[in-house]
Amino acid sequence: MRSVALLTVLVMSAAGLVFLPARTFAQSQQVAVITSFPKELFDAYKAAFEKANPGWTVAVVPKPTSAAITHVRERAARPDVDVFWASAVDAFFFLKANNLIERYVPPAEFRRGVPDKVAGFPINDPDGFFHGFAVSGYGIMWNKTYLARNRLPAPKEWDDLIKPVYFGHLVITAPSRSGTTHLTVETILQGYGWQKGWELLIQMGGSMGAITERSFGVPEAVIAGHYGIGVVIDFFGLSAIASGQPIDFVYPSLTSVVPANVAMIKGAPNPEGARRFINFLLSDEGQRLLFKPDIARLPVRTTLYAEAPKGIPNPFKMQAGVQFDADLSAGRYNVTNRMYDQVITFRHADLRKAWEAIYRAERAVEAARSAGRDVVEAERLLIQARASARYVHVSEKMAAEVSGGMDRDAAYRSAKEREWGEVARTSYARALALANQAEDLARRR
Amino acid sequence: MSIPAPQMVPAPVAARLPHLWRVTVDPGHAALMAILLAILGVFVVLPIGVVLKVALTGTEGGVTLSHLARFFHTPLYVESLVNSLVAGLWTVAIGTVLALPLAFVVARYDFPGRMLVVTLATLPLVIPPFVGAIALMQIFGRAGAVTLLFQDLFGLRLNIMEGLRGIILAQALHFFPFIFLTVTTALLNVDRSLEEMGQMMGARGWRLQRRVVFPLVLPSYAAGALLTFVKAVDDIGTPFILNFKNMLGPQAYLRITTVGRDDVDGYVICVVMVVISIVCVLASNWIVSRREYATLQTGARSPEGGRTLTGWRLAGVLGLCAAIIGAGLIPHLGVVMLSFSKVWSLSYLPSAYTLANYAEIFLRAPRFVVNTLVYSVGAALLGVVLAAAIAYLLQRGRVPGKGLLDWIAMMPIALPGVVVGVGFLRVFYGITLPWIDQPLAATWVIFVLAYMVRRLPYALRASHAALHQVHPSLEDAAGIAGAPRLRAFRRVVLPLILGGVIAGGVLVFVTAAVEFSATIILVSRIEQSPLAYGIYIYSQSALGRGSAAALGVVAIVIVALGTYLANRLSGRGRMAFTL
Repeated sequence: MRSVALLTVLVMSAAGLVFLPARTFAQSQQVAVITSFPKELFDAYKAAFEKANPGWTVAVVPKPTSAAITHVRERAARPDVDVFWASAVDAFFFLKANNLIERYVPPAEFRRGVPDKVAGFPINDPDGFFHGFAVSGYGIMWNKTYLARNRLPAPKEWDDLIKPVYFGHLVITAPSRSGTTHLTVETILQGYGWQKGWELLIQMGGSMGAITERSFGVPEAVIAGHYGIGVVIDFFGLSAIASGQPIDFVYPSLTSVVPANVAMIKGAPNPEGARRFINFLLSDEGQRLLFKPDIARLPVRTTLYAEAPKGIPNPFKMQAGVQFDADLSAGRYNVTNRMYDQVITFRHADLRKAWEAIYRAERAVEAARSAGRDVVEAERLLIQARASARYVHVSEKMAAEVSGGMDRDAAYRSAKEREWGEVARTSYARALALANQAEDLARRR
Repeated sequence: MSIPAPQMVPAPVAARLPHLWRVTVDPGHAALMAILLAILGVFVVLPIGVVLKVALTGTEGGVTLSHLARFFHTPLYVESLVNSLVAGLWTVAIGTVLALPLAFVVARYDFPGRMLVVTLATLPLVIPPFVGAIALMQIFGRAGAVTLLFQDLFGLRLNIMEGLRGIILAQALHFFPFIFLTVTTALLNVDRSLEEMGQMMGARGWRLQRRVVFPLVLPSYAAGALLTFVKAVDDIGTPFILNFKNMLGPQAYLRITTVGRDDVDGYVICVVMVVISIVCVLASNWIVSRREYATLQTGARSPEGGRTLTGWRLAGVLGLCAAIIGAGLIPHLGVVMLSFSKVWSLSYLPSAYTLANYAEIFLRAPRFVVNTLVYSVGAALLGVVLAAAIAYLLQRGRVPGKGLLDWIAMMPIALPGVVVGVGFLRVFYGITLPWIDQPLAATWVIFVLAYMVRRLPYALRASHAALHQVHPSLEDAAGIAGAPRLRAFRRVVLPLILGGVIAGGVLVFVTAAVEFSATIILVSRIEQSPLAYGIYIYSQSALGRGSAAALGVVAIVIVALGTYLANRLSGRGRMAFTL
């Protein structure tokens, strides 16, 4: 009987031992931050905030944006985080529309020197629900070793990326997976116009070696050398350069600049902590932290650019080739993402095959021409093949018409998606057939 | 799912007790039994029961199989199921190809370095497959050293790590020692007289192996292979690190984290995983139990070693061992190199080295290592105490319901980590701890409990084996000498079983330290996260591979030291991993 008691006591005391520290743990003043940012960034801010606010600690909940939204939504009745901190502005629109974030306007000292807009894009939510704390531009990063190994020139502009030499060497992430890529795609669409922009995006899609599931998968693949050239948000390129990787980065002349944001959760368990954290992000100290080499983001406080390290551009002085139209982008958000997935992401294999055949046929035609053979018919087929391999089925007008219905009605949305996917599939198959025909013709003596 | 029943020993007669029934039911034992059943009920039965309930409850209540049917009509899930099964099968197949020749030469021949081969061949077990995966990317990936070498020498573009292949490679290199150890043990246990009889009947060489030895070894192999398969299907760390989402575990995780805790599909996937796991574990147990009847003949085991090898045969065998073991150690090499690398991009070896990765994990972010130690030690302590109590009751208890207790306590062996994680999240998110006003699932205690449950069977087997060696008559003798039961336990039984019990605890510690599947479901705050999740988080930032590898090295060291310690304590020559 007593051995039983002993065992019971042992079990209980072991359990007690384990529970005890949990109690002390909970007593410090704590602000819980849910974020999609990488470790380098949130670690630096956690350390700096805790130093600047003695007696406070930061708890970080790292999640991809979509999982972070789910986390907040599921716990709306009893939130366990105070601050939502992420890039994608559409996530904040969603949170605001669903009453999941709280209005908070920081004191004037934290808003000083922050303009209303950067390159036409509003930095803060006009209603005060979320605030931009850093801005980013979009561009192209590449691995110098990779380009040298494969004897490739460095790209400068978006339309360099459709040159046949880059076929299979590019990498991007789907805009539906990454808010930042969505803005890049929208920049290209606004910069080149809908029709030309999509043609460019589709042909670029054919040259992609991979379309990654996660936005950081692009810099990862380029840094590791899996692929040579990536379409990325600037800090991926700038931070890789700063940490000594064989990387280079360029802003094409048609770029745009958008803010990354922060907001207070509605019913935050520690609103005081949330306010402190947001203020800290917007303070001079918090803004300067963005210049750290492994963070490499651009502050919203314009006065700080005087002290910016070498290689950090001033987005407020940059000639942003595109005046980003945020309303236009938000209005067709669903159409752009769904269309990209249907005609590029999900049709990547078909698209790749079609463009591979076209480039091969082009070389055959070139060879035939220098051999003095007649290539008129082959060239005619090739022109058709190229048109079919970057066929844009949805006009800008059509996109505006279907946008509302796609947002509201799931059945309508999937019907449209099916239609677009099917048209893409048949166009790319036709392009492949035409290109093969052209090649046969060019090789025939 | 149950422990081989200990041989029945007559219960010591409690002479002081007047009533006969007390001999069969001891109230103290009954109380302990009730406590243990309550604990296991809450932490084992409830979580898995809730997962089942959610998956099988219709929208208007009542039991339904419609969710399960929907699983089989959703192309993504069917694809995930097929991928998981295919990856598991290939892992076993490649593991077998690596393990069998090695097991055969080790068991049948004597050659210099034989024991070294046995030791080195078990080393892949100390590197968790998701850590190995990081290294393998650096070696066989699109820009890996071997890939570049082939490209430069032959103009060939290898594509070894793409998709499922990478997962299979990482898992096969990790798991093949399981098969190696089971088959080697079985080969050494083959009764030599049976082989001799075969020889007398005229069977020689290959024919002897095929007709006599293989049938004797096959059951052990099959059992080992089935368990390897279960572990491979359960491993979600490797698909995560290699970013391959279309498998069962990752899909369950994605449903629960992005769609929500109430998403039925996540639970349905869990149920499918449990079914696969249970079928394999039961089949494995059935095969092992049948084997008992296979050799009625008892005779001398094969003598250690066998034919001495010389000349070109020796060279061939050594070459074979070197090749297989070399393959098994590639991940170790890669992880260590990566952990010291600053820049390793498109080159055979890193082009710049640094200690910064270790500074990062020990100085800047030591919480991953500290948390791991706290959780694993906690799980080991709890597990050992619980296991010792259960083992004591199972062997010495005079109380009904022992079968049930045994069954429940061994159940976690057939529960995938994802399922334990999902069940814990579902059950313990609803329980708020009043004094800290937080759900139990939001505190770090949840990791200790989940790890303890996951590894309880290991601790239980160790305690069971240890207690089994102490005959009850020793306690009786102490009792006759006047010691009360508690003191008899403390002074006589405890010292005798301590080594084995601690060995079990160390094993719990080691496996908990690299637990990924349940962790990724349960973790929310980075401050609470253990090493395994830290590796994942580092691997999720474009520049974090070096730090991930450094944490991987820490994991390897913890597992290697712990395994060595467990072996020393349990006083067995074999790796404790064969448990």
